[in-house]
Amino acid sequence: MATRNVQHMTPRAIKGWYLVHKWTSLVCTIFLLLLCVTGLPLIFYHEIDHLIGNAIEPPELPGVTARADLDAIVETAKARRPNEVVQLLVNDEDDPVWWVRFGETAAAEEVSTLSMFDARTGAFLHDYPVNQGVMPILWRLHVDMFAGLPGSLFLGAMGLVFLAAIISGVVLYAPFMRKLPFGSIRWERSPRTRWLDLHNLLGIVTVMWALVVGVTGSINTLANPIFQQWQATELAEMIAANQGLSSDPVQGSVAQAIQAAQSVDPDWELFFLAFPGNPFAGSHHYTAFMRGETPLTSKLLKPVLIDAQTGQVADSRDLPWYVTALLLSQPLHFGDYGGLPLKIIWAFLDIITIIVLGSGLYLWKKKSAASIEDRVSSAMEQEDVFGLSASSRESIL
Amino acid sequence: MIPTLSRRQIWFMPVALLLLSTMGLLFALLGDAWWDVMSWGTLGYAVFVILWYVLKSP
Repeated sequence: MATRNVQHMTPRAIKGWYLVHKWTSLVCTIFLLLLCVTGLPLIFYHEIDHLIGNAIEPPELPGVTARADLDAIVETAKARRPNEVVQLLVNDEDDPVWWVRFGETAAAEEVSTLSMFDARTGAFLHDYPVNQGVMPILWRLHVDMFAGLPGSLFLGAMGLVFLAAIISGVVLYAPFMRKLPFGSIRWERSPRTRWLDLHNLLGIVTVMWALVVGVTGSINTLANPIFQQWQATELAEMIAANQGLSSDPVQGSVAQAIQAAQSVDPDWELFFLAFPGNPFAGSHHYTAFMRGETPLTSKLLKPVLIDAQTGQVADSRDLPWYVTALLLSQPLHFGDYGGLPLKIIWAFLDIITIIVLGSGLYLWKKKSAASIEDRVSSAMEQEDVFGLSASSRESIL
Repeated sequence: MIPTLSRRQIWFMPVALLLLSTMGLLFALLGDAWWDVMSWGTLGYAVFVILWYVLKSP
């Protein structure tokens, strides 16, 4: 009965799936290779930053639990960069550190300066070297190939083609493995057979990881449109409903605003505060983006709108499903949610995927280059692997 | 001649690895400490299986 199930795929069906696998793979392989190669160092972005001194640790201050005045930190930051505008104040997840993000304007997309302050003493510690070195180049290549939103969306589409290549590859696994126990690698046979076996083994073992990283990567390409949609609808509604509270764009106390946001739900702590004029805030409002304290909710965000002048909470709403989907896609794509060992496993799986992509390309090239005699003899050797007639067997192999 | 394998024989390991990888991807998202360790074990098993069969050369 089991045997009948395997033979259930007709030669015609196998050939159809083979064509799907071949063409979807040919379309996306070169871009997937780019993504896997640039993605490999990006897994360790944080570690590399610390290694080359782009990021530093705050000094050890045993016993110091006091927190510095946040308004003083913001004033110091502004005084250091009088020609730039504070966009965000970010609470570091690991260290007692505040980051102040500046732009040329409040709404500028590009960050101009990223300053690090000691959260205990309020002392300025370090300016992060923005857009320097090779990592930002790899990052841009990975995100949009220096082609902006169209580049990003194109890579997202390639991710979906990759999805079709993976699924068709899984469908083809059974007919190829009908006489080979799991994990067989026929080392004694021709290089092409050997690479076919490796392609099948490496591909089928990593299939779930490749699917998840592929799909979440495609979702991440929509990050900007997703946030813009939220800003244009939910955030705009929250601001419009509270316009009356403040007419004068004076910015009140940052510390008071954060305290007010904190009081909405004590289980959520501040991740970052968007300043008035930034697309994530209103012209008269701060938005405090709170993160949860459990491993899962720490990946999510809850926005609290605060009147910039009075420091009072104006509104707080949960993020819509599409932003939550994006926020959950990020860790599943980056692999940064289970410590360094998970990142190392991520790197191994990435390298294995590179081998699957490369061997797939090799198998396709080798097939077109092989003489007709080779293909016939190879087909004869595989004797009825597909349960096909000699002619259709040859056309597939 | 090698006998034809049953569907169960062909798919047992791939399906087992698929389930383990799914758990591994979720564990680290749902918890810390031991959850992370379980995630490394289950997702890392896929890497181990590949190394096992590739290094087990004739």
